[in-house]
Amino acid sequence: MSAVDEAKRAERRLGWALCAPAALVMLAVTGWPILHAVWLSFQRYDLKYPDQREFVGLENYLTVLSNQYWWTAFGTTLLIVATQLVIEFVLGMALALIMHRAVIGRGLVRTASLIPYGIVTVVAAFSWRYAWTPDTGYLANLFAADGAPLTERGSALAIIVLAEVWKTTPFMALLLMTGLALVSEDLLEAAQIDGASRWQRFTKVMLPVMKPAILVAVLFRTLDAFRVFDNIVVLTDGAQDTSSVSVLAYNNLIKGLNLGIGSTMSVLIFLAVALIAFLFVKLFGAAAPGADEDGGRR
Amino acid sequence: MRVRRRGGGAVRSIAAWGAAVVAASALSACAAPRHDDVVNLYYAPEEHLQTVVDRCNDQADGRYRIVYHKLPRDADGQREQLVRRLAAQDDGMDVLGLDTTWTAEFARAGWVREWTGAERRQAEAGTLAGPLASARYGGKLFGAPKNTNVQLLWYRSDVVDRPPRTWDEMIEQARRFEAAGEPSTILIPGAQFEGYVVQFNTLLASAGGKLISDDGTRAVVDEGAVRALEQLKALADSGLTSPSMSNSQEDDVRLEFQQGDAAFQLNWPFAYPSMQEDAPDIARNVRWARYPSSDPARPSKVTLGGFNLAVSAHSPNPQASFAAALCLRSPDSQRFSAIHDGVPPTIESVYAAPEMAAEYPMRDTILEELRDPAIRPITPAYQNVSTVLSKLLSPASRIDPPRTAERIRTEVQDALDSRGVLP
Repeated sequence: MSAVDEAKRAERRLGWALCAPAALVMLAVTGWPILHAVWLSFQRYDLKYPDQREFVGLENYLTVLSNQYWWTAFGTTLLIVATQLVIEFVLGMALALIMHRAVIGRGLVRTASLIPYGIVTVVAAFSWRYAWTPDTGYLANLFAADGAPLTERGSALAIIVLAEVWKTTPFMALLLMTGLALVSEDLLEAAQIDGASRWQRFTKVMLPVMKPAILVAVLFRTLDAFRVFDNIVVLTDGAQDTSSVSVLAYNNLIKGLNLGIGSTMSVLIFLAVALIAFLFVKLFGAAAPGADEDGGRR
Repeated sequence: MRVRRRGGGAVRSIAAWGAAVVAASALSACAAPRHDDVVNLYYAPEEHLQTVVDRCNDQADGRYRIVYHKLPRDADGQREQLVRRLAAQDDGMDVLGLDTTWTAEFARAGWVREWTGAERRQAEAGTLAGPLASARYGGKLFGAPKNTNVQLLWYRSDVVDRPPRTWDEMIEQARRFEAAGEPSTILIPGAQFEGYVVQFNTLLASAGGKLISDDGTRAVVDEGAVRALEQLKALADSGLTSPSMSNSQEDDVRLEFQQGDAAFQLNWPFAYPSMQEDAPDIARNVRWARYPSSDPARPSKVTLGGFNLAVSAHSPNPQASFAAALCLRSPDSQRFSAIHDGVPPTIESVYAAPEMAAEYPMRDTILEELRDPAIRPITPAYQNVSTVLSKLLSPASRIDPPRTAERIRTEVQDALDSRGVLP
C-alpha cells in the first residue's frame, strides 16, 4: 500500500467523521419521527381513550384505504397538483424568458416577480379569501356578483389553484431561469443559421438543454404542491370536498386526536411523495441531477 | 501587542459568558422555577379578564397569585394548545378555560380533576342547571361554569312588526318582505364548522329530537333529526339566505347584517354591542326574540355555549387552583365580566343586578332560553362528532333529509367508536 493511498484513506475517514454529526442529527430529527409514525399507524391509539391502546396490525390502513373521504381528498390533491403544475410551467417559462431577455431593469423585474413568493402563505390566503367573499371582496363583486365562488366546489378549487399559482410561479420561473442560463447563444445562433424557426429553436434546442433544470423545477413543485395545506384551510377549511390529504391528516391527527388513523395517513402521504420522486427520476432518468447523459449509469 | 492580546482575551471571555448565559437560560426555560402560590390560568382572550384576575389576587391576600396566559383566539387553536400540553403531562398549567363541549373529553382522558366536597358545593350553588350539566361527565363534576351563552333571533323592527315564533313563520315573513322590496335576508352561520352544528342542534332539540343516546355511546338519529334536516334544507332552498351562507361563521354573519340587506340574524349576543359601535343607524332598530322553534306547539330549546373552569390533572397546586377558579367565577366576577365583556353569567341571581339592565337589555330573553336549554351531546368524542356533522350538513342545499340522516347515523357511530375517518 502506497503512502498516497494511505493519505487518501485518512482523508476519507476525516470526511466521514466531519459529516457524521450532521448525519446523526438528520437521522434523529427526520428518521425517528417517520419510524415513530409507522409504529403508531399499527395501533389503535386515540388520545381521548388512553387506556384503549392496542396493536391492530394493518387495520388502520384498511380503514383509511377503504374510506371515501380519503379517496376524495386524494383525487382533489392530484387535481390541484396537476392543474397547478401545467399553469405554473407555462407561466413560469414565459416569466423566465422575459427575465432572461430583459435588457433594462432586469434586477427590478426579478425582485418584483419574487414578491408573491415572499409573502407568508396564510396572509396571502386571507387576502384571497376576503377578495372572493361577496360584499367585502372586489374580485367576487367583479366576477360573481350573484354567487359566492368559495361555496361551490368547482370555483373554490379554481381559486385554491389560482392562489397557489400566484404564489409559487416566481419560484418556478427562478429555477427555469437557471436552466436558460445553460443555453449558449452559439447554439441558438447556429440553429438560426440552419433555418430553425423561433418555435423550433425553443423546442429543439432550448428545452433539451434545459432538461435538468426543468426536472428539478417540476419535481420540487410537485412534491411541494402535493402537501398543499394553508391555502385550503384558510379559503374553505376543506368544505365542499376541497380537502387535500394533508388537511385530512391534520383533521384526524390534531383535531380528532386519533394518533392511529392520523399516523396512517401521514405514512401514506410519505409513501406517495416518495413514489412521485421515484417516478420522476425514473421517467426523466437521463436528466436526473448528478446523472450522466447515457441513461443515468456511471 | 500586549493590549491586543488582552483585547482578544476579553472578546473570548465575553463570548464564553454569552454562551453560558444562553445555555443557562435555555436550561431554566426547561425547568422554570415554580412558586407554590402561582396559579397559571390558561383562558381564551377576554378583554377585561385581567381586571378580574387582579381583583382575585387582591382578595387572595397572598394565598395564591393568578397569572393569566391568553390562549389563541379561535376555539380549535385553544383546544390544540391545551390538548398538546396536557397529553405531554405539562405541569405548567393549573386552571384551564374549557369550552363546554370539551369538558367530557378532558375528563375521559384524565386531564382534569374532579370537583369534590366544599368546592363542588360552592361551584354548584345558584348555578343554572343547563350550564352545570355541561360541566358534568359520568355523574361527576369536572368544571365550574364561568359563563354561558345562547343565541337569539335578532331582527329589524323597522321591517318586522311581530317577531316570528317558528322557523317556518320566519321564512314566510322574509318572503313577504322580499316581495315588498324590503330587507329580507335571513342570516345564519352555515360554514362547515362547529357554529353550524350549534344551529342544527338547536333545531334538533326544538323538534324534540335526539342524536346520541344519553350515555353517549350510541348514535340514535330519530324523527326529530330528520325534521331538523328538513328545516335547514327548506331555508337553504328558499333563496332568502345570503349567497355566502355556506362559508359564513358568526362574525361574517354579524358583518353582513350590518350591511343592511338582512331582516333576520341568528347569532350570539356579542352581535348586539358590535352593531351599536359599527352600524348605529341599523342598531337603533334592532330587536331580539327567542330563537324560532321548529314545533309551533312548544318554544325553542336553544343550544348552550360558554366556558367551564377546570383544574389540570398535572397541576402541582390543586388546592390554590380550585380556590382561584372559584374566585374567577364568583357572582361578583361574573357580573363584572357580563357588563364589561358581554358574556352571560351562569349564576342566576347575577341577572337581577341593577347594572345589568343597561348593558344587557336582552337579559330576560336570554334567561328564559337558559332555563330550558339544549345541551350538545355529552361525549368525549364530541369534537369528532361535530366534524362529521358539519361535513354532512354542509352545504345545507345538498341535504337530502332521510339519506343524510342515515349517513349521520353510521358516521357518528364510527366517530363515537374512534374508528372511522374524519372528513
